[in-house]
Amino acid sequence: MKRLQIALVLMGLLFLPIASQAKKLNVITATTDMAALAQEVGGDRINVESIAKGYQDPHFVEAKPSFLLKLRQADLLITVGLQLEIGWLPPLITQSGNRRIQVGANGYLDASQFAEILEIPTGTVTRAMGDVHPLGNPHYWLDPDNGRRVARGIAGKLGELDPSGAAYFQERFQDFDKKLTVAEQKWDAEMAPFRGNKVVTYHNSFTNFAKHFHLNVIGYVEPRPGIPPTPSHTLDLIGLMKRENCKLVLVEPYFDLKTPNSIGAATGAKVQVYLPSVGGEKQVTTYFELFDYDMDLLKKAFQ
Amino acid sequence: MKKAILANTISIALLCAPFWGQQASAPQANAQNPELEQHIRELEDRVIALEGKIRTMESEKAAAAQPQPAQSTAQPESGTAAQTTVPSPATTVPSPQIANETQAGLANAAGQLPVYGGSSAAAKALNPDISVIGDFIGAAGGNTAPPLATLQPFPSMEMHESEIGLQAIIDPYARGDFFISFGEQGVNLEEGYITFTALPAGLIAKAGKMRSAFGKVNTLHNHVLPWVDRPLVTTNLVGGEDGIDDAGFSLQRILPAPKGIFLEATGQVFRGDSDDVFAAQQRSDVSTVEHLRGYRDITESTNVDIGVSYARGHNNGNVTLPGDFITQLYGVDATVRWKPLRRSIYHSFVGRSEFIWSQRQQFPREQRAFGMYASGDYQFGRRWFAGGRFDWSERSQFDNLTDKGAAATLTYWPSEFSQLRGEYRFTRYAENRDGNELLMQLIFSLGAHGAHPF
Repeated sequence: MKRLQIALVLMGLLFLPIASQAKKLNVITATTDMAALAQEVGGDRINVESIAKGYQDPHFVEAKPSFLLKLRQADLLITVGLQLEIGWLPPLITQSGNRRIQVGANGYLDASQFAEILEIPTGTVTRAMGDVHPLGNPHYWLDPDNGRRVARGIAGKLGELDPSGAAYFQERFQDFDKKLTVAEQKWDAEMAPFRGNKVVTYHNSFTNFAKHFHLNVIGYVEPRPGIPPTPSHTLDLIGLMKRENCKLVLVEPYFDLKTPNSIGAATGAKVQVYLPSVGGEKQVTTYFELFDYDMDLLKKAFQ
Repeated sequence: MKKAILANTISIALLCAPFWGQQASAPQANAQNPELEQHIRELEDRVIALEGKIRTMESEKAAAAQPQPAQSTAQPESGTAAQTTVPSPATTVPSPQIANETQAGLANAAGQLPVYGGSSAAAKALNPDISVIGDFIGAAGGNTAPPLATLQPFPSMEMHESEIGLQAIIDPYARGDFFISFGEQGVNLEEGYITFTALPAGLIAKAGKMRSAFGKVNTLHNHVLPWVDRPLVTTNLVGGEDGIDDAGFSLQRILPAPKGIFLEATGQVFRGDSDDVFAAQQRSDVSTVEHLRGYRDITESTNVDIGVSYARGHNNGNVTLPGDFITQLYGVDATVRWKPLRRSIYHSFVGRSEFIWSQRQQFPREQRAFGMYASGDYQFGRRWFAGGRFDWSERSQFDNLTDKGAAATLTYWPSEFSQLRGEYRFTRYAENRDGNELLMQLIFSLGAHGAHPF
């Protein structure tokens, strides 16, 4: 009996390399960050592509038919969730004619379930609060700990869809985990001198980053999420920044710089375009490079 | 098979054992703090995983509580199954077998406890997404339509339409969409259909009442049009505001095409009753609509969308001789879009044109009417759009009568959920009568965040 078991285990091991020759999984993600994380754990056993570009506002992506061509071949669709893609992804999923990736099907993965979500509104939610996300702030990937959690979730899902690669995905996740832990120590050390520094951002996309690296977001250029700046709010914000001695305005790459620049001129604050997503600049192609880029930018801005 | 699983599990567990041992004996060292930290981190992870589980259960996963075939219940749970292996990643090598077993267990638990109705929050989670869109129109200036014209001028003020949308996923195989519009004349089911999303071979089927796929404007609801009104050609040849909107079924599929080209074919069969266009006197008088759409990205910000359409159905003839006749419609539509991705919320352009030919049998001879419009809309600020439209169309029952028109629009968006539009419209009727009007429109949207049409 024992011998049989050992033989079976050995046979299982023998079969592993053969199975790894199998067809690659086609993974489509809503945003580049999810693609970057999937790539980390999926390695060369998956083909991964993002619908939105890293320099694009993920709230406002056009539901182009060319995306349908990608979606209909997908084995797995990874979304950011929390209604970030509500304006464009649902019709794409319906029209894809791909039953594997329909909401609730095995090939549909809402990555927000793995992450720590901040700013979940309590009490009554109305649109008077702007384009508020009733399920919480969807920009959660800017906390490396959430990156780790999402990567772990993706690795589990990939293993489920491609059981022969499950061990491979777990191994890659462990590698990613180690690399990320080392990188986090470096980033934490880099940001340590600036603990508690005050910043203003255009949209509230910086919450998770600020929490992780102990920065203090005191205000937003937008009076409410998704509502363009108004003169009165801008004046209030300038007053607030002067009182609080806030010297940095961070702007996502898809927003106009006119209002931030005038705020900068009025308060003496620096205005910087920070990257909320992988691919926001050409050289930023991985999850690690995203943080490296933003760390550099913040260090220079705070010095 | 089971033995193999057992053996694998045991071997993995044995492999893990030494790690466990190391961990347990570690506190001796001065590394107590890091270990405590690690422990806290793990607890944190577990709490977050649980939070995520609750969130998903509260939202979409609530659907899994409904009785469903075993296979499909297992699917939605898979995400949570992956989480159950989460808590101690450093100490265990999660094996797929364990995950699968846990998954099956969870699925059974969910499957055995169906929740029917009830007043709990979970029951509300299954309610469809509800939205209401109000469309208020005001008109000023002069436009008296001649007796034979199809264009109906707007009154000074009207609550033109209140459209209620109810949308939800029905089951793992289909979704449902209802759009009920309350107008000045009463209630109209604008659309109400089921879409089967899980068919084999990439097919998508719809059944119910729907706007047909003839051209572009015919598929669009009032509130997503770039104008207050609809083009003259729509009014004259394709049934006006309601257009070809009928009960029937539809089948569509993406066709194989050279790389980078999106090609989609749609075939629809309807009862054959749509406004002035088609009229069915007997069951066999069904109408059909076919549409072929080709799309291509030129660059990441520019794309071209071209379609050809054909529709065939019966008509009632005319006042001189009512009877059973055939109407055939041919259409070509072309759209060019430009939207720079980095500044997509500030600038965009949509240029669109449709050409429609109508062949309407009637007494004493077939009427062959042609009509077209061309329009352009430019977004010059986050909240501002300006556009223009040129209209030219013969009338379907009188192909010797040609109406012409032009319109200029200015649109302001206070937010994504409301819109104020002004339109200056000039109409020159075939009877040599002119209309000069200023139309004002206020559109406001309540409830669920609908998707933006493309």
